[in-house]
Amino acid sequence: MADGTSVPIDVIAPARVRARRNTMQRFAQRRSTTGFLLCLPLILLIAAFVIYPAFYAIYLSMLNKKMTAFVGLGNFQFLLKRHTFQLVIFQSCLFAVTSVVLKAVIGFILAHLMHNIPGKNQRIWRGLLLVPWVIPLALSTLTWWWMFDPSYSAFNWVLNQFGIANVPWLGVGWTARFCTIAVNVWYGTPFFMIMYLAALKSVPEQLYEAAAIDGANTIQKLFFVTLPMMRNIIAITVLFSLIVTFADFDIVRILTAGGPQDMTHVFATYAFQIGIQSGDIPLGAADSLFMFPILAFAAFFVLRGVTRRTKEIAA
Amino acid sequence: MSTTVAERRIAVAAQRKHSLHRSRMWALWGSYIALSVFVVMFLVPPFYTLMTSLKSSAEISAQTGSPWLVRHPTLENFWYLITYPNFQRYYLNSIIVTILTVVVSMVISVLAAFSLSRMGFWGSQTLSTGVFLTYLVPPSLLFIPLFQIIGQIGLINNFWCLVLLYPTLAVPFCTWIMIGYFSSIPKELDEAALIDGAGYLQMLWKIFIPVAMPGIIAATIFAFTVSWGAFLYPLAYLYTSNQMVLTVGIISDLIRGDVFQWGKIMAACLLASLPPIVIYAFLMDYYVAGLTAGATKG
Amino acid sequence: MAEVACRKVVKEYDAGVQAVKGIDLDIADHEFVVLVGPSGCGKSTTLRMIAGLEEVTSGEIWIDGDVVNDVPPRDRDIAMVFQNYALYPHMSVFDNMAFGLKLRKFPKHEISRRVDEAARILDITPLLDRKPRALSGGQRQRVAMGRAIVRNPKVFLFDEPLSNLDAKLRVQMRTEIKKVHQTVRTTTVYVTHDQVEAMTLADRVVVMNGGNIEQVGAPQELYHHPATRFVAGFIGSPAMNFLPCRVQDGANGGLAVRVTDSITLPIPPNRVDRYGKFKDRSMVLGLRPEHLFEYHEQAKPGWTRVDLPVDVVEPMGMETMVHFFVDGVPVCARVDPATHAEPNEILPLTADLNQMHLMEPETGRVV
Repeated sequence: MADGTSVPIDVIAPARVRARRNTMQRFAQRRSTTGFLLCLPLILLIAAFVIYPAFYAIYLSMLNKKMTAFVGLGNFQFLLKRHTFQLVIFQSCLFAVTSVVLKAVIGFILAHLMHNIPGKNQRIWRGLLLVPWVIPLALSTLTWWWMFDPSYSAFNWVLNQFGIANVPWLGVGWTARFCTIAVNVWYGTPFFMIMYLAALKSVPEQLYEAAAIDGANTIQKLFFVTLPMMRNIIAITVLFSLIVTFADFDIVRILTAGGPQDMTHVFATYAFQIGIQSGDIPLGAADSLFMFPILAFAAFFVLRGVTRRTKEIAA
Repeated sequence: MSTTVAERRIAVAAQRKHSLHRSRMWALWGSYIALSVFVVMFLVPPFYTLMTSLKSSAEISAQTGSPWLVRHPTLENFWYLITYPNFQRYYLNSIIVTILTVVVSMVISVLAAFSLSRMGFWGSQTLSTGVFLTYLVPPSLLFIPLFQIIGQIGLINNFWCLVLLYPTLAVPFCTWIMIGYFSSIPKELDEAALIDGAGYLQMLWKIFIPVAMPGIIAATIFAFTVSWGAFLYPLAYLYTSNQMVLTVGIISDLIRGDVFQWGKIMAACLLASLPPIVIYAFLMDYYVAGLTAGATKG
Repeated sequence: MAEVACRKVVKEYDAGVQAVKGIDLDIADHEFVVLVGPSGCGKSTTLRMIAGLEEVTSGEIWIDGDVVNDVPPRDRDIAMVFQNYALYPHMSVFDNMAFGLKLRKFPKHEISRRVDEAARILDITPLLDRKPRALSGGQRQRVAMGRAIVRNPKVFLFDEPLSNLDAKLRVQMRTEIKKVHQTVRTTTVYVTHDQVEAMTLADRVVVMNGGNIEQVGAPQELYHHPATRFVAGFIGSPAMNFLPCRVQDGANGGLAVRVTDSITLPIPPNRVDRYGKFKDRSMVLGLRPEHLFEYHEQAKPGWTRVDLPVDVVEPMGMETMVHFFVDGVPVCARVDPATHAEPNEILPLTADLNQMHLMEPETGRVV
């Protein structure tokens, strides 16, 4: 005992406790390390193809056309002074806002109509109404282009039957703008419909019954029960669609390629034209970056809406 | 006296009941009629695609009678496309790119969603938010810097670049869907599995994935949709027909200068839309449920 | 089969909140121990620490002679039945029960032998091919138990397994669990907030409150000799009546408790020694409703007549609950249904003071 090899009990104890603490920490650490490793592919993907390109875009937008000199904000100034680009800003906003409003209103009406019919029939009607949204947009836009075709237009044939003269659908600025919006509404409405239908179904039936007993009519039920209950979903869907519509490329590119007289160009198609087709990469990058503030603004509110909705669901 | 009052009351009640019933019937039939109008409007373009695809070039250019009807239906456009090597190539490329995109996206997002919904680590909360924000980044925002980056790694005009880029469009939302589905699995199920002796990967493979199958299906369909229908990236990065996928292939191959072979274009559109239509026809319910999960839970 | 022990086990959450404040508990081999207490008393946390689902902040947990603090749940050789059953929804009943064995690489014939055996014990053989969603609540409960039985573990852990069942089924499954334990004799730790479940199932009951153990004992012991006011109030239904009182000199040199100016109850002579030292102190008198009943002419020793004004009468069939207020304190009596009781009338009652409890108001300790 006195040879120094044995250690008093109370000296051992803390050492054992420490050892145990370590293994426990190691457990917790291993769990979070595994967690991090499982997320690593996602992190790498986003870092390489989203975050890095985003910063690279800022760098690119500050170079000259040959990418040999740094020009600061010169590209942005140049774009803002150009009449075509002013048209792009106007058309992008017009296109996005008008489309989203129309989609939201028609989608809301459709959702209500669907909600009125018995559940067992909803599936087939929903299937039919979702067809525009199922076909790849680039392909269905081709059909629209063909229907707007100047010499063979199927719409003009119908108009002719009623004695109305041919309409140059894609040949005149404002008509062409209307056409791009029409195609977008046709394509995007079904998405609004299913979102709103899901939201409608989530409103408890008792609320309507309570409102009816309190003496509310149909319109009052809509304003005092349905809309407040759906407010968050409406906001999320509208803002989300605003982002997608604002950044749309397919419709304008295929239908008009920006014409006539650059009147239907949106940011994406214009960036494609100057950046890829004309080879002015920095100017194209600058053009794309103009979308960023508006997207960030909408994204902020979408995120807030989603967080709120999640809290509501949790409550 | 009292009997007449009672009778009148009953009559009024019956009438009221009748009118209530009648107004309901009106609402129902009104809805059906309005829906029919919308369905007709929505289905005009697909219908016209089908009609045109069944016409010969001669019939299209003849311009006699209604363009909405086909007089001499023929499958020659379809036959032409099926035997056309370029079209076969586009189709094959689309299939390869899509399958790889779906597999890569699903592996990445299922692993990440499992981790984010169950194993908190430093910064995992921020990462979840970041993933959602990435979903809101449209392809048209970054295609120009990506053009440079793809050029630097030598994948311009090579459809493999799409396999690298499409996951950035699919993964964020797939992860988001899967986080939702995984989070709805009761914690006791993991604990039961832990006690039964499962490790984390066994838990994911044997419990989480089978239980969250509806979510997996929804996310897979989303990845498929993104990959099959994307237009901007292939248009910007591919330019020879041996590398092209369907969306750009149809447009650049069948439209030569001013010559529009509309019958063939429409037939190609139909053939290219076939896979999504078939998938949606069978799995629509899962997809809609996945998309609207946030809207219905409340 | 194994014994389980907790030594000064503490569970502290991040915010410094202690859910379990250093408990000591020894569970013998084959024993059926029930942890009972109100929600938030730390009983579930304790169970989950034994299972290895929660880390132990300090102290030790022993299973079968080994400290298992750092052993992951799968290596502790335990089985657990959860409140919501936690059946794998995509697996058949057979696969649910076999899952743990498959992961442990048991041979096929052994797996099916064990599952069949467990299914026979639980009477669920015809359900083996079904999915959990095709089962009723009681059947799911049986499968969850089957999943525990097939593993033949050292310890069974039950986390409020009956609270999702309706009242009738709960009674039935309670019997079932007791029967299974009599068959397999595995050491069992069972958590519930229902004192009836605790009393009927347990060899020993552990009453927990606020992260501490209030009392450990056999069901009858807890009922007749509660250690604290909390246990006295928690065990037994309806709950024990508590009346503030004062111990003072009684008739014939004995002691009495004075409840109000008009109510003074003589303490039975055999308790005089025990309560003598609390003379002239404020105490709390505890008397169960079943020890406050209708007045009988032939009084036994220790019985005292009390007259109280009736507040509410609740006929239950085999007995009638009568509620009173004594100086603003609610009191309940359990009387014969033949007794005539009307609200606002005075009802003569018998208090059986042989069954009385006396507590210190500050500590809640039963003296």
